[in-house]
Amino acid sequence: MAITPPSNRLWWKEPIHGLEIGWIVISFLWGLFMFFFMIAWHFIGQQNLSTETYRVTTAAYEQKVIDFADEYQAMDENGDYLEEDFVPVVRPPAGADVYILARTYEFWPIVELERGQSYRVHLSSVDLQHGFSLQPTNINISVHPGYEHVMHITPTESGVFGIVCNEFCGIGHHLMTGRIRVVEPGTGDAATGPADEPADDSIQAEG
Amino acid sequence: MTTIDTGAIGAAVPRAEFRTCRFSGLRIEANAEKLIKFNAVTAVLFLALGGLMGLLVALTRWPAVQILPADWFYLVLTGHGANVLLFWIIFFEIAVLYFAGAVVLGSRLAAPKWAWTGFVLMVVGAVMANYAVLRGDSTVMFTSYPPLQASQWFYLSLVLFAVGALIAVFVFFGTLVVAKAEKTYDGSVPLVTFGAITAAIIAVFTLASGAIILVPTWLWSLGLVTNIDSLMYKVVWWGMGHSSQQINVSAHVAIWYAIAAMVVGAKPLSEKVSRMAYFMYILFLQLASAHHILAEPGMSSAWKIVNTSYMMYLAVMGSMIHGLTVPGAIEAAQRRNGFTRGAFEWLTKAPWGNPAFSGMFLSLVMFGFIGGISGVVLGTEQLNVLMHNTIYVPGHFHGTVVAGTTLAFMAATFLLVPLLFQRDIIWPRLAKWQPYVFGLGAAGISLFMMGAGTLGVPRRQWDISLADAVLRFEFPPAAYLMMGLNGISGVLAATGGVMFIVIIVATILAGPRLDRPGAKLAFPLHDKARERVSTYGSEGTLKLPGTIILVTLFFAAFVLYYFVNWKYLSELWLFR
Repeated sequence: MAITPPSNRLWWKEPIHGLEIGWIVISFLWGLFMFFFMIAWHFIGQQNLSTETYRVTTAAYEQKVIDFADEYQAMDENGDYLEEDFVPVVRPPAGADVYILARTYEFWPIVELERGQSYRVHLSSVDLQHGFSLQPTNINISVHPGYEHVMHITPTESGVFGIVCNEFCGIGHHLMTGRIRVVEPGTGDAATGPADEPADDSIQAEG
Repeated sequence: MTTIDTGAIGAAVPRAEFRTCRFSGLRIEANAEKLIKFNAVTAVLFLALGGLMGLLVALTRWPAVQILPADWFYLVLTGHGANVLLFWIIFFEIAVLYFAGAVVLGSRLAAPKWAWTGFVLMVVGAVMANYAVLRGDSTVMFTSYPPLQASQWFYLSLVLFAVGALIAVFVFFGTLVVAKAEKTYDGSVPLVTFGAITAAIIAVFTLASGAIILVPTWLWSLGLVTNIDSLMYKVVWWGMGHSSQQINVSAHVAIWYAIAAMVVGAKPLSEKVSRMAYFMYILFLQLASAHHILAEPGMSSAWKIVNTSYMMYLAVMGSMIHGLTVPGAIEAAQRRNGFTRGAFEWLTKAPWGNPAFSGMFLSLVMFGFIGGISGVVLGTEQLNVLMHNTIYVPGHFHGTVVAGTTLAFMAATFLLVPLLFQRDIIWPRLAKWQPYVFGLGAAGISLFMMGAGTLGVPRRQWDISLADAVLRFEFPPAAYLMMGLNGISGVLAATGGVMFIVIIVATILAGPRLDRPGAKLAFPLHDKARERVSTYGSEGTLKLPGTIILVTLFFAAFVLYYFVNWKYLSELWLFR
């Protein structure tokens, strides 16, 4: 019994049941497969989280995001700066560096990307840890203060996407959201945006 | 450290009082018995408190109910984590260590005064943690990631609790030395004790990691340290946070073996294989903190892959081996008990009315199918991005810690209470239902939270309607349905929890006395007389068709679920 000493004092010399050997071999091979599949996905897969990271002070990062928003903030046909719910909409050119800032309790600013284009997205926090959770695609990335995380991201579908914070960051955690707009290439239209979105017909990409 | 313990008791060897249990034949020493009782009862009290908090959390996350306001929700969620994941489980584990050390080996407990010191420190720490949380300035969640800061009392309480637990672990090691020196057993230690030793060795590593990170964090909360690096904190903290779950696994696997032995007379198929599986936990779990850091910046992919897979999934392999050997041992024993027809008579005629057995077997199945498979998927480098910090994560660990560990500990309690308190289970018909009610609730919580997580619902979040957020986003209706079903399952699990606590407390206070001649157990232990006369060892003559079918099912589910998630991943945006 398992609560008494082994009946055979030389238990380590007992032969092993064939079923057990078979299962050990299967478990080991499966473990080996899963191990190598993670490595293989770096070569065959197109979803591998970047590990490119820089140390940055929170003040320096905040300045970078402000500069980014100033440079690329979108304008409507009247030449007025575009905002949604008082948050600026920023429209970087394809391939550009995109900066997103996490702080209690918002992701700032709203960026508008083109489907099928790759961007260098920078992500950091200026206060606490936050969680970047892109919905409804469900991409989830941790955000640390003091670490600037750089990823090459290519949206594969157009529409309006929500960012929800999923790392507890204090009493207003459930207020912390953001938005990414993805438009069809060359149109400037978020193809499947919800009805209450402000009309946005401007096409010109700021350069 | 063990030398200190043995040195301390060396002077006072002979003063140990023993009684022999009529039902199990175990020799139980008075100090060990008292300490097991105190640790186990304290554990149950913290389960009651933490369970109540858990119910409030589940009811708040049920969108149609949302019972608590936001500030209380976050506060109660912090308390829920500390009370059930730390205090209930570790107090109970100390009871398991003393049982597997002193009672199973028939030895006296080494250094009972140190054991009491450890117990008092743990109680002080646990009470202080609740004080810190209820003050309202330590709402930092169980993980307390900096720069979010709790009050100094929060960190101090955890350090005190860890020191107390560490003392208890060394008392256990001391007891092993005493038992060996006083020759209370013959040959090698029993498998259950071996499992407890595994748990204790892991506990030392875990508690040391906890001290390494919580002491500086405490100094930081006092203003003596200016900065705690958030990434460094996460790496070291999870050395405690995850490894402590491996203590749970070792402890509840030991309980699976113990209950199988005591209720159906199961004997390990092969001592060598089962012990090797335990040994793998010790060798590979130090790497385990990595799978909490897969969605983090700053760590290389090579580091993530090697560590998250526990160096090629060797600790997972340990659990998969136990997943075969436990049902295998039960099948072998049941066949010897005469249930030989077909592939599954051994299972259908098992003592399902005995809450110790049914709780153990439900724990075994749900730990493997729900907690185990989801854990491996969640801990795969690239797949993690699909569910990191969504409510899938609590779904996974409620499958391991509630459906697995807690259910196993409850099952063990139904055996331990009659043996140690010498009072029989007071309402056996109610007790019979308890594992099913609690198990169903626990399974529901796990599965529905996992379902909601795949729809993107964040964990630790008060309001998924995002009603007050500036930029709104609508979760799909299915997410609301999942969270509602999770709330209903939470109520079911809480009902099972209340049944457990009421039965155990009433039994301790007023159960039928068993120390009278002729008294019988409501849930009898294994009767050797029922066994057929035949030898059975680990050699190939033994046939276990039922177990083969069970593990085949498990493996098929595992492989299927693994690849389904890769398919989901491949449909995401591209990122590198």
